Amino acid sequence: MALKDITLGQYFPGNSILHRLDPRTKLLLTVAYIAALFLAGGTAAYLLLLAVLGAAIAVSHVGIRSILRGMRPVVVIVVLTGVLNLFYTPGEGDPLVRFWVFRIYAEGIYAAIFMVLRILMLITCTFLLTYTTSPIRLTDGLENLMGPLKKLGAPVHELAMMMSIALRFIPTLIEETDKIMSAQKARGADFDTGNLVQKAQALVPLLVPLFISAFRRADELAVAMECRCYHGGEGRTRLRQLRYGRNDVLFLLGGAALVALVAALGFFGL
Amino acid sequence: MAEAMIQTRDLRFCYTDTEEVQPVVLDGVDLDIQEGSFVAVLGHNGSGKSTLAKHMNAILLPTGGKVLVSGMDTADEALLLQIRRTVGMVFQNPDNQIVANVVEEDVAFAPENLGVPPEEIRRRVDDALKAVGMYQYREHAPHLLSGGQKQRVAIAGVIAMAPRCIVLDEPTAMLDPVGRREVVDTIKKLNRASGVTVVLITHHMDEAAQADRLVVMSSGKIIADGPPKTVFQQVDALRAVGLTVPETTGLLWELRQAGLDVPLDALSDEECAQALYQLLTKE
Repeated sequence: MALKDITLGQYFPGNSILHRLDPRTKLLLTVAYIAALFLAGGTAAYLLLLAVLGAAIAVSHVGIRSILRGMRPVVVIVVLTGVLNLFYTPGEGDPLVRFWVFRIYAEGIYAAIFMVLRILMLITCTFLLTYTTSPIRLTDGLENLMGPLKKLGAPVHELAMMMSIALRFIPTLIEETDKIMSAQKARGADFDTGNLVQKAQALVPLLVPLFISAFRRADELAVAMECRCYHGGEGRTRLRQLRYGRNDVLFLLGGAALVALVAALGFFGL
Repeated sequence: MAEAMIQTRDLRFCYTDTEEVQPVVLDGVDLDIQEGSFVAVLGHNGSGKSTLAKHMNAILLPTGGKVLVSGMDTADEALLLQIRRTVGMVFQNPDNQIVANVVEEDVAFAPENLGVPPEEIRRRVDDALKAVGMYQYREHAPHLLSGGQKQRVAIAGVIAMAPRCIVLDEPTAMLDPVGRREVVDTIKKLNRASGVTVVLITHHMDEAAQADRLVVMSSGKIIADGPPKTVFQQVDALRAVGLTVPETTGLLWELRQAGLDVPLDALSDEECAQALYQLLTKE
């Protein structure tokens, strides 16, 4: 089991124009892009969105290979969606293929292609967000954007703090899991053989010490945070202030234009 | 005359949540720590030294007696934030005190909590990281650093709060010898260069020997207090509570027991060598 390969919320440090954008801009652009994806109906709209995504990948310096590598866990879902769309989309004309109970219509092929493209583009655009934004900046951005919800009594700051602490402790807990596994292997535990049930059972003695240690860590961290005068989000300042720059304004205008354009294309059925 | 940074008056503490036995952890501790001094608190496991440390910035409150931090009573909840920013605390496990996943973000945590303006935070973070020699690592992820480096980041995180006193609760217990030296050197430098009061809780003799003043605890009481040179001369008393003395003192003490005339206060290797040299050339 290669625990160190987990790429949850992975960030590739860099200095591209996408890296330097305000995290709030990137969050808003991601939302705008997803909205546009769901508004898009025709080939023209898809080509436009694909071109925009390609341009974004090109300027991000992230590299297509990292994106493809991140796709691996979702391959099953994408294939399944494609297949279901292929077979279950009813068409008006004669079916192109018929065997046993299956009928494939031209509409089904279109639907499958568009649905798969839509999912892949959606995932790629969220990858671009997490690849070019450090988790802390992302959390800051979310906290700031959700700010208005504070007035309704939502614990926005607390949620953001929990998220950033969770991100901070992922590598620590992975390291700890590795250590516990090694310690148990040294005493004859077997994590690699047996069927799924046996493998799952082997994990139980791993989880117990991991949980105990996580609770102890949480306790110590809470004391350490209090010692550093943490008393909630009230009156807190930040080292890095979030500031919209000229690029942010341009990109946000671009995002709005994209959504409008896609909506207009949809109106004309393109 | 230096002002008293931390004063404890007949400090008593026992855990009250256990049902039947209530072991007394602190049993009447009277201690005055002067501003700007470097005090080491030495003791065995269970001697109450960590519990004493936790009273110094109101993590624990006394069950009897009083603790005053720069004149503020720790039992007064209204003064809590003021007390915590006066006395910073560094713990044993660096992993469990680092909050952020970028070094400089972590160091900025305390000033952010205190509502310091951003430009001032930037200045404090840079100064604190330079003071512990971690400035070049400011954009690193903490989990990729060594134990000693992580602990120095934790110390920087406390310095950035601009406290007048730092209490370190066995900061080197989880570190290798290199990490230990890094941390102890950093602490000494802070005390000498910036005049920060330092209270170092430890069970390492060689670390304790570097302080200006050494307080030895056993069973919740102070059993010896004074400059390290004087305290370590009480070899019998220290051994009685399960503590050893530094090897230099131990050697000289054995020689003395054998009837040779050597001074007991030669604590450093050089001083000890000098004393032995004088003994040998006297013949």
